Amino acid sequence: MQVLQDLPALLLSTFFDILPIALIIFGFQFLVIRKRIKHLKKVLMGMFYVLIGITFFLLGLEEALFPIGRTMAAQLTNPLFLESVRISVGELQWTDYYWVYVFAFAVGAGTTIAEPALIAVAMKAHEVSGGAIGVFGLRVAVAIGVAVGLALGTYRIVTGFPMHYFIISGYIIVVVQTYFAPKLIVPLAYDSGGVTTSTVTVPLVAALGLGLAETVPGRSALLDGFGLIAFASLCPMISVMAYAQLSEFKNRPHRIHN
Amino acid sequence: MKRSLHLFLSSLLGSLRDLLPIVLVIAFFQLFVLEQTPDHLLQIFIGLIFVILGLTFFIFGLEQGLFPIGESMAHAFANKGSAFWLLTFAFALGFGTTIAEPALIAVADEASAVASQAGLIENSEQAMENYANGLRYTVALSVGVAISLGVLRILLNWPIHYMIMVGYIMVIVMTGFAPDEIIGIAYDSGGVTTSTITVPLVTALGIGLASSISGRNPMVDGFGLIAFASLLPIVFVLAYGMIV
Repeated sequence: MQVLQDLPALLLSTFFDILPIALIIFGFQFLVIRKRIKHLKKVLMGMFYVLIGITFFLLGLEEALFPIGRTMAAQLTNPLFLESVRISVGELQWTDYYWVYVFAFAVGAGTTIAEPALIAVAMKAHEVSGGAIGVFGLRVAVAIGVAVGLALGTYRIVTGFPMHYFIISGYIIVVVQTYFAPKLIVPLAYDSGGVTTSTVTVPLVAALGLGLAETVPGRSALLDGFGLIAFASLCPMISVMAYAQLSEFKNRPHRIHN
Repeated sequence: MKRSLHLFLSSLLGSLRDLLPIVLVIAFFQLFVLEQTPDHLLQIFIGLIFVILGLTFFIFGLEQGLFPIGESMAHAFANKGSAFWLLTFAFALGFGTTIAEPALIAVADEASAVASQAGLIENSEQAMENYANGLRYTVALSVGVAISLGVLRILLNWPIHYMIMVGYIMVIVMTGFAPDEIIGIAYDSGGVTTSTITVPLVTALGIGLASSISGRNPMVDGFGLIAFASLLPIVFVLAYGMIV
């Protein structure tokens, strides 16, 4: 069983990933704070669960999702496949890559819903806001942002527009929204940009970006393969603020002019 | 015992629900777009079971371990009243969790390949390794500075949106001066720094601090640390590209 063979090595490497964090925490706890940790046994058990959880999670992703995701990214950007589904005549147009955009959108949304770091932030936001922010609502808002971001990012790779125009426009939208969005949501929205892209999303997205940049004529894998993650971190800020603006707008008492 | 088993089963169900969308997406593309059935179905099935178990354990561990320790340390530092140690801790947490981040190591290696191909550095193993290591330390340093800056913001009650806007302006201006090859990598580096373990810890730290300092609202002041940790690496990497 391949899974069980990989387990010890992966467990060890996750352990070494967590080790510096544990050393920093316990180092400061014992040398600077010098107080006993409350419920030490429970906290240690919790950390152990995190270790096991991340190991199993990565192992499962490596076994199940990543190989198939990478293969699909390669298949969808394969010129033979594009030739068979194209809708234009003559040279390949950017519209012929429509399955790539749909795939980027769907994978972005799907992986974001399963992203552990986002679940953690959503749980905290729910708790701190006294239930006003729903765990699932926030996650869906972020997922839509990532989905749109990745679709835009793949479109950019296909068309070859310079990336900074998109990013700067995104910044301007974020700044404008900051002034109109409910004040309570702004820091959370800024945070949601960073949490979306970790364990699940990055490997799949990287495969898609590189696959595209390698097969689209005139693109270089090294120059154009990067940048998808930037889109996936920018758009959730916009979608989370938009979500808050929409729910505020919906809950606003209606003023009726007689 | 019965209660914790019940809790475990219900979070298992939650993880199953979380994973369903991506499974459906892949199944749809396999069957209807690419018109094929994936090989190794049994292996995929076993893998999925591991993913679901892993997610369940992770969330269990969050609530028992990472959240409580992050918050209790924030309270302890706030009671101790030493800003120096708090900022040192914030820096160590940011730097220490980033320097070993596997995603960052991968990106730094790719970036060194780009740089050598573009002729920014010599095309030798040694030069590429130096470049990749330099990039890693730059990003780790930037995350350390970012978390400390974010903590300082909570302590001094600075408005987050002005700080973020200053960051944006720096990114935009520096994009004009940095070599083209580094821009994509710089923009991406903001996203890869925040790992699955760092995010819950840092979030708990921010919220713990904001709730133990009077006059702070955890919702407004507690969040925002991750935002700094994803913006500052862009600035630092652009600067790295301009200097090296």
